[in-house]
Amino acid sequence: MKKVFERPKSLVDRLTHFCPGCTHGTAHRLVAEAIDYFNVQEDTIGVSGVGCAVFMYDYFAIDAIEAPHGRAPAVATGIKRVHPDKIVFTYQGDGDLASIGTSEIIHTANRGENITVIFINNTVYGMTGGQMAPTTLLGQQTTTSPYGRDPRNDGFPIRMAEMLATLEGVAYSTRASMHNAKEVLKAKKAVKKAFEMQKEGLGFTFVELLSACHTNWRVKAKEGQKRVEQELIPYFPLGVFREKKNEHMMNRG
Amino acid sequence: MAEKILLKGNIALAKGAIAAGCRYYFGYPITPQNDIPEFLSGELPKIGGTFIQAESEIASINMVMGASAAGARVMTSSSGPGISLMQEGMSYMAGSELPCLVVNVMRVGPGLGGIAPTQGDYFQATRGGGHGDYFNIVFAPASVQEMFDLTVKAFELADKYRNPAMILCDAILGQMKEPVVLEEREVSKPPAKPWSLTGASGRNPQFLKTLYLSDGEQEAHNLELKNKYDVLRKEEVLYEEKGLNDCEVVIVAFGTVSRIAKTAIQNIKKEGIRVGLIRPVTLFPFPTEIIRKTARNIPRILVVEMNTGQMFEDVKLSIENKIKIRFYGRPGGGIPTPEDIMREIKVLINEKSV
Repeated sequence: MKKVFERPKSLVDRLTHFCPGCTHGTAHRLVAEAIDYFNVQEDTIGVSGVGCAVFMYDYFAIDAIEAPHGRAPAVATGIKRVHPDKIVFTYQGDGDLASIGTSEIIHTANRGENITVIFINNTVYGMTGGQMAPTTLLGQQTTTSPYGRDPRNDGFPIRMAEMLATLEGVAYSTRASMHNAKEVLKAKKAVKKAFEMQKEGLGFTFVELLSACHTNWRVKAKEGQKRVEQELIPYFPLGVFREKKNEHMMNRG
Repeated sequence: MAEKILLKGNIALAKGAIAAGCRYYFGYPITPQNDIPEFLSGELPKIGGTFIQAESEIASINMVMGASAAGARVMTSSSGPGISLMQEGMSYMAGSELPCLVVNVMRVGPGLGGIAPTQGDYFQATRGGGHGDYFNIVFAPASVQEMFDLTVKAFELADKYRNPAMILCDAILGQMKEPVVLEEREVSKPPAKPWSLTGASGRNPQFLKTLYLSDGEQEAHNLELKNKYDVLRKEEVLYEEKGLNDCEVVIVAFGTVSRIAKTAIQNIKKEGIRVGLIRPVTLFPFPTEIIRKTARNIPRILVVEMNTGQMFEDVKLSIENKIKIRFYGRPGGGIPTPEDIMREIKVLINEKSV
């Protein structure tokens, strides 16, 4: 009988610490599938951010390093410049990438570093217990915005994929979602494309994945997915915001 | 004999880095160390290296961390405020035992300060500087020659002990020119780095981290680090001593100040006062033992620094018996003169015995 579904080789066979129903597990799987697809498990170095994503090295069967909060793109830059022939990616949450790490992400993208960034946007700080993130929606209640995010005090949610798409060094910037099977398949294609473009040396690739954090949203898992569709996507539209075609201008390999 | 050439301290340091096999530099402009990145931005691309002017010192040190994790000899350089921004990354590198060289051409502080010479960052350099329980290996050159030699040495020890190393100097050492011999000595090749991240080809995947959550895990890690620091204290102390066998006062001074002290010692000898010198070359590990031994025989120690008394604390901690110890320092860009030091020596000698 033909096997049609199995655990990616690049994922370790173990239980994760993620909450049941969390889409970090899905995102991990999509990245592992891309690594398997290009058969680069032995040529890939991962950089984890700080937050729920920090334990990447426990789940991926690849070389990996834990970066200081927000600094993963800078650490990845150092690794990639020493090993331009390896696939280097970061995996960061929204507090890590869009708040404390804005300087690093913008300048790494602007240099056109030939790395891939997987950005998990769930509009909240997960690991520290549900505080307001730079991506928290207006009116959204969190442990540090108990009256709802108020733009007069807290500013507005940041759209990273659109912002990075304005930079010349960026080869690919896209936003996908994981709230249902159809969108997961689209997200899978986006992740694969990003890795493929890095392999081709096209420059900086960025995949933002809308993700549910029902634990900190204080809703049931199923309602979490619904919220992604009904509240997140209207503010964070899905789509490709920048895509370079076969320009080898950034090839340092 | 090897040829002598006239070089600026910062350039000698940069040449030392190249001689040591460093091919990666990540940094951000700040005075008075700009000669280093300016020189390396021209030289590294010629020899297959990489120079990146990062967006900040925070990014610089994290690029250094990535390149070190990838197995390369790598460095950055900065001054005061920039070094402060790097402390986060240095703590992570100490924790994940990643070697690198960080150069601090000190400027005065606190705050933005100015670019005049100072030794005000002694505490920051020798006490770890960032959060957590760790140390950097710290070298204090006192000549342009040592800017070259100790840079090579710093890379070697950083790799040997898998630990960040630092060159702590000031604008005088960075900016002045002296004759230097660019010794063609055998630079130790970087050791094999089986821990480095190269892609898990033909071996199990491996990772570098500093987060330890299981009970007792972090403590065990900290104690392992402590063992390493104890070996450094035992094996790697460097200092210069002069005239300790025949003197009534000993000066302890490092870097630029030790040169001024030498002039004072020469001048005061004409008045019949014999003064010795201990110059710490490594500030961590600190030359505790020679100071302890010396204090058993010489009844007076004068510590001179360009700060308000930082190394002074380490000297006091080194001395077990009761002797007369005095501090003279000028902070904020003030530079002690030989006459200042001679005056202090006399004050110390005339103090009532303890």
